[in-house]
Amino acid sequence: MHGRIKLKTTEEQAEQKQKERLKKLHFYDTTRSACFAKRKAGILDEEGLILSGQLLAANPDFATLWNFRREIFLHLKEEKTPEELQTLFEKELSFLETCLRVNPKSYGTWHHRGWVLDHSPSPDWKVELELCSKFLQFDERNFHCWDYRRLVVQRAEVSPQEELEFTHKLIGTNFSNYSSWHYRSTLLPLVYPDTECRVGRADEEALLTEYELVQNALFTDPNDQSAWFYYRWLLGRADREETVSCLYISREGQRLIVSFSHPVNVLLPKDELILFVDGLPLRVTWKSPHPQLKRSAIWICELPPNTINAACSEHNFKVHWQDGRIQRECILYKGRSESWCRDSATDQQLFRCDLSVEKTTVLQSELNSCTQLQELEPDNKWCALTIILLMRALDPLGYEKEMLQCFQTLKATDPMRTAYFDDLLSKFIIENSILKMEYAESRVVDLSKKNLTNLCHLDQMQLVTHMNLTSNRLKSLPIHLSMMQCLEVLEASDNEIECLEGLVQLPRLQEISLQNNRISKICDLRPLASCPSLILLNLKGNPITEVPDFQSELSELLPSLKDLIV
Amino acid sequence: KINTNILPKKIKCIFFKKSFIYNFSHFRQAYYGGNWASFTFSGLLAWIEENKVIFLSDCLEITEWMNDIKEGEEILLLNSSDKSIMNVEVFNFKENDLFLTVDLVEDLKEQGSSQRKDDLFLTVAAAESFESGIDKSPDMYVNEHPSEALEHNDVCTSSQKKNPELFLDGKKYVNVCKTSVAETRKTITYSQIIRESRRFNIDLVSKLLYSRGSLVDLLIKSNVSRYAEFKNVNRILTYQNGSVEQVPCSRADVFGSKQLTVVEKRMLMKFLSFCIEYEQHPEEYAGNFKERTFSDFLKTKNLTTNLANFILHSIAMVLDTDLTTEGLRATQHFLQSLGRYGNTPFLFPLYGLGEIPQCFCRMCAVFGGIYCLRHGIRCLVVDKETRSCFFFFFYRLISRAVLITDRSLLKADSEQLISLVTVPPLKNGQPAVRIIELCSSSMTCMQGTCEVEAERPNVLWALYFNMPDFSSVERSSYDLPNNVYVCCGPDSGLGNDCSIQQAEHIFHQMFPDEEFCPPAPNPEDIVYDGDGAPPEESLFKEHEESEVGDGEERTLDTKHLVTSTTNEAEDAQESVKEIPSE
Repeated sequence: MHGRIKLKTTEEQAEQKQKERLKKLHFYDTTRSACFAKRKAGILDEEGLILSGQLLAANPDFATLWNFRREIFLHLKEEKTPEELQTLFEKELSFLETCLRVNPKSYGTWHHRGWVLDHSPSPDWKVELELCSKFLQFDERNFHCWDYRRLVVQRAEVSPQEELEFTHKLIGTNFSNYSSWHYRSTLLPLVYPDTECRVGRADEEALLTEYELVQNALFTDPNDQSAWFYYRWLLGRADREETVSCLYISREGQRLIVSFSHPVNVLLPKDELILFVDGLPLRVTWKSPHPQLKRSAIWICELPPNTINAACSEHNFKVHWQDGRIQRECILYKGRSESWCRDSATDQQLFRCDLSVEKTTVLQSELNSCTQLQELEPDNKWCALTIILLMRALDPLGYEKEMLQCFQTLKATDPMRTAYFDDLLSKFIIENSILKMEYAESRVVDLSKKNLTNLCHLDQMQLVTHMNLTSNRLKSLPIHLSMMQCLEVLEASDNEIECLEGLVQLPRLQEISLQNNRISKICDLRPLASCPSLILLNLKGNPITEVPDFQSELSELLPSLKDLIV
Repeated sequence: KINTNILPKKIKCIFFKKSFIYNFSHFRQAYYGGNWASFTFSGLLAWIEENKVIFLSDCLEITEWMNDIKEGEEILLLNSSDKSIMNVEVFNFKENDLFLTVDLVEDLKEQGSSQRKDDLFLTVAAAESFESGIDKSPDMYVNEHPSEALEHNDVCTSSQKKNPELFLDGKKYVNVCKTSVAETRKTITYSQIIRESRRFNIDLVSKLLYSRGSLVDLLIKSNVSRYAEFKNVNRILTYQNGSVEQVPCSRADVFGSKQLTVVEKRMLMKFLSFCIEYEQHPEEYAGNFKERTFSDFLKTKNLTTNLANFILHSIAMVLDTDLTTEGLRATQHFLQSLGRYGNTPFLFPLYGLGEIPQCFCRMCAVFGGIYCLRHGIRCLVVDKETRSCFFFFFYRLISRAVLITDRSLLKADSEQLISLVTVPPLKNGQPAVRIIELCSSSMTCMQGTCEVEAERPNVLWALYFNMPDFSSVERSSYDLPNNVYVCCGPDSGLGNDCSIQQAEHIFHQMFPDEEFCPPAPNPEDIVYDGDGAPPEESLFKEHEESEVGDGEERTLDTKHLVTSTTNEAEDAQESVKEIPSE
């Protein structure tokens, strides 16, 4: 029929496709062999560029071929005139751009592009910057391109200010962009340095405008995590400086304990810790409270006999750390059994969590807007979590009740992460208990009936003598408990404890109450053998009491034990 | 009255040919698309003249071919002229070829305040900078301003009365602005527009394509999309509290908006997220709201007046009187189209909307469709038994305006923006005004220059006219022979769904077993007889060659496909008989 169009059938189409595929495969195979043969023979000419180019255009992840090309370029660099080279490099760049269009996420291609520009006689980095912007427009999360951009920015010496504006633009188009937010967090401190020169922090005024920006994102889409994470960075504080936070001396124990702000390993030469007694250096052996703690916030040394003289009116102890840059001094007067010198948690506002020491008014207004958002979005977990952090930054004790309430909301809205919230809550409760104890200037900490699932900040409790952990949900007494070197009485009844690995080498520990726990094997009690003063142990209601011969085995393990309650 | 040349028809055409059904389309006019057409500026002037002429009689000399009428057949005479365009008025704000400045915003206000019941439908266009040696970045905006009224026939008179008033308004502002013109040397002249005429097309209808609307789907499915290019609409604007503002509709807009408080942002996002899946939350709107209006529903949603207005007029774009579910559906449609091609839900075809019917015609022509321009159907020859009387119906009028202005309604970094502006009704019950502001890179307005630094755009040239909206007229009200189908022409909606639906419906009535607009085959899948050059390409060449010879109206746009020659008139009549009989 006139004008009628005949179409190929599906079989014909499939056959034709198959034919084309085979043809392509054959071409690929022969070209690859040719490339390899050339490389083996050491022929580094422009034909090699053409051949490898044909392959790489189809498969840009063929790393060997990129290497081959680089070898050719290095070789040609010696042979060609600068003009010829320049055209060659320019050709390579446009070839790379076509490769990137095919696969914008190829490691090989981006890396080769950087290499080419670094070896090019006159690289135009500005063009590269535009290329990056274009690719980030297509896919703002292409981290290959982000990496490349950082290289370009460095080479082209682009000012952080311009880059900050660039991130602003990207965030404007789509703020669900971790890369952009994170980039801002690195740029802000460069553009607006902190007035107190704290590393990694930005000027307060700049932070205020950032709060506004991020709040817009939070209110627009409170379920987007990226903005919340950036918000937490904004509210964050500078890292605490590394320091020696406490020096403690016990006369009867003939020992000295040094605490640090961060876990360290003083056995390493760079962190060497030197002790001076009455002005004279004294060689001692430092050990961590638990053999498994290689890095520890607490280091202990046994003083050689007769270092402390009971008749002497006072002894001066002093430690030098980091080549004497950091020092701490403590005096043990006559008649005193112990002495210490420390930074207290309350003075340092240690538990105003990871949040800043910025003007409280700012934090207060941030808290207000978050609360407002929570009223609109009662089920938003990010909001609830941030409210908790803000309240802790402002006044951890004052907001305790509200905090508990927020945790209830969190657990209800995100039941999958109940365990995480329980651990976090445990941490905050312990912080509050430490604060309360310090305000009361006592050495007794009561953590009973707090629903604790986890113990932390134990390094802050190294002076505590009595600890009550009764009626919680603890499953173990972790190794960090060994930092509580002054502990005498530990009540841990009505928990789910199976493991006592933290009760190691606690010289003053006398009484342990472990009623109604889950200790089932005699070997679980072995750590207690290293606590020399232990005289009372309550194991009532533990499965272990059912084990035959348990008492005789226990008395073998703990010969000095006077009272065993079962 | 039978409307013959409309979009749905084009879509149908394609298909006939593909299914090897004989297809023949004819147009009374010398251009494609009927009331859907786009014109060059001089073409538009010709169109204006044509539509100003009042046809006194429709007497036809039918005697010549009366002899061909067989026994048992009867002639059903048709109007020889298209009288669907009414009340055409042109305002040329110029003096000695120099344009005077007329304040568009004031003009707009005046129109609103004059109690007119129309929807003003403005299309304003911004132009690309143009080398003029002026150091200020030169810009010029050509604005189309089709104004749209949703009126019943009887209200029509008021709109007719209105035009002189408007003219007075125009005069007034001409006077006001004269001095400023004298001070600032204007560089756009009327003759310049005439000279540049072929560089841009002006549409008769003012519509946009929803990115997930049925027209876009159809363009993709049928492969007709290969003949057209589109630009994304960049901004959704509204007129509120005395100023033009950007409507935050996407997530990025809401985030970046400076006018909204954070709480408003949250409320807006919350409401919009609900609208996307409103069917899943019937408890929110069922019951009480089923029978109540969308604007009442919005009042219960804790939205500020600002937000409620944004949603009602600029996002849902429904009337105050529309019901809740209608508003929710419209909002959902808007939101679903967001983000597919850009930050707003709309696309606009380069070279104007007149391109769309032409694209379908072109595809049809590729597969052998024949077009005949400048030949209307004079009459239908019908079997006596099915002959029945004429019809009577009411229809609404769409008021349109095309305005050419010198700058955008709302200043922005870029001049190459397409914006949709909605002006909420001044009083409840009145329709809203919709404006589409176009720019020169959409090839729908002139590149130009203007050095006046003013806050508000000036109107340089304006055209007003009424077009009937037959979309709500039932086919049954026509009482036609059963193998004659009626298309309604452009409707007043912003999208094209109504027309596509109608085209598909008519097509299925004609060919119940055929697929509507099946995908056109890829050129490589076509088997050619012999080993000559692929006929498809040569086909195009042929057309393009034949085109060059025949048009005095040829524009830069070479996409037009004209295949008809004048001596095909005889065929035209015969073909009428052949059109589908089932």
